[in-house]
Amino acid sequence: MSASDSRRARPYALYLGCTIPARVQHFEIASRKVAERLGLQLADVAEFACCGYPIASLDARAAKLLAARNLALAERAGCDILALCTACTGSLTEAAHELQTDPALRDSLNADLAAVGLRYEGSVRVRHLVRVLWEEVGREKIQAAVVRRLDGLLFAPHYGCHYLKPAEAHGDFEDPEAPHTLDDLIAWTGARTLDYPGKLRCCGGGVLATDEKLALGISRNKLREIARRRADAVTLICPFCNIMYDTNQKKIETIFGEPFGVPVLFFPQVLGLAMGFEPRELGLSMNRVQPKALLEKIGIK
Amino acid sequence: MFVNFISKSAPPAFSQIFAPKAIPEMTTQLATPLIIEENQEPEHIDRDFALKVAQRAGGRQLLRCFACGTCTAGCPVAEIDERYNPRRIIRMVLLGLKNEVLRSEFIWLCAGCYTCQERCPQGVRVAEVMRALRNLAVEEGIVHPAFKAQAELIRNMGRIYEIEDFDNKKRVRAGLPELRKNIEDIKTLFERQKLNERLG
Repeated sequence: MSASDSRRARPYALYLGCTIPARVQHFEIASRKVAERLGLQLADVAEFACCGYPIASLDARAAKLLAARNLALAERAGCDILALCTACTGSLTEAAHELQTDPALRDSLNADLAAVGLRYEGSVRVRHLVRVLWEEVGREKIQAAVVRRLDGLLFAPHYGCHYLKPAEAHGDFEDPEAPHTLDDLIAWTGARTLDYPGKLRCCGGGVLATDEKLALGISRNKLREIARRRADAVTLICPFCNIMYDTNQKKIETIFGEPFGVPVLFFPQVLGLAMGFEPRELGLSMNRVQPKALLEKIGIK
Repeated sequence: MFVNFISKSAPPAFSQIFAPKAIPEMTTQLATPLIIEENQEPEHIDRDFALKVAQRAGGRQLLRCFACGTCTAGCPVAEIDERYNPRRIIRMVLLGLKNEVLRSEFIWLCAGCYTCQERCPQGVRVAEVMRALRNLAVEEGIVHPAFKAQAELIRNMGRIYEIEDFDNKKRVRAGLPELRKNIEDIKTLFERQKLNERLG
């Protein structure tokens, strides 16, 4: 029995990262709601800090050290990590993978972690909420929880890059060229999924801080493909992708002179609607592009 | 701080390249010798540069690159901005053009999406090579200001966004738990890693 199995009954340590609690609270609100209803227990670890991703460009080892610190905190609490941000998921997953396969690295990082009273043995498993929904909660339980089928709605899925890649670090959970878990989850609510050119293209968020116009141009390409095909909304699973497509959509429309008006929902908001939650319980008032038409289609005024 | 040495002028049209009159006559002598004598080697060539990059995390496979361009073909950044071209960057590294690479702005334009890395037929960990190049630039004192600003926030607060009383009140109103405002451990870890010096 792996360490991970032995604590199956333990709650997951909910890893929020930096962006969600400060800027994208609707993702957190909806995620907690659906997780609770589906019987996923979540615990908050107050000492969690940055996952390390933003400093990997400056110093890859320092980034691993910050990731290892969070892993050590989860291990001390006896919990596996459930993350909401795909960049955090990627950073923590890559670090967990390396720390498990490279004992020399683990010893070296532990020497630094000792300075803050921590030590990591390598037992924590990191997964994104969407992966846990697909892999652990599963089709049967999710379909049983759907009380308001989303028949007639068309969602354009956007997989965050770090949910899938590097595939090796994620244990080859998905084929990054043909992912399906988010499509499956959307289908389990009764809605249809849109297959579209550029479906796997990055949101551009990774270069927003270095070259805003370039980043917004990358996002524009995807919004254009989705708007043309008249999807009711984009559905995504990462706060940074959301900042690109929802928060910055008006700016993209202004800079490039192209109107889109495409609502952007986090998958837990979509699932929450299907599970019968009201829009306000899912933080839908915080979505920048309001999904009015979409809600009307499923009988919510 | 950044040297943009790649010309932005438009490439010649296909018709110009392939027009019959544009094909030069065969000559038996090359205009410039192909082999550069040891003492003629340009000073800016660092013959060990590729090996230095290869020694970094994720860098080892770099030497296998056969320049097929799969990385550039699938790159979402290269698709809309010619300044960024991973195949060219890797070629420059292999040729030892250390300063041109480390002082460039293009190494900071990788979005880190890993598309190239997953597709590379030679197993080159392209995204990790870009990260290694940024790390090497930082060690030479070239730190992109956007990344520096983020690192300073993380050092001071443990996060890239500050959590103020206002944010916590908002969280409580939304039924969410309060967050700790500052996480002091991070300063200690930055010191252990000697990251403060590199941030200048």
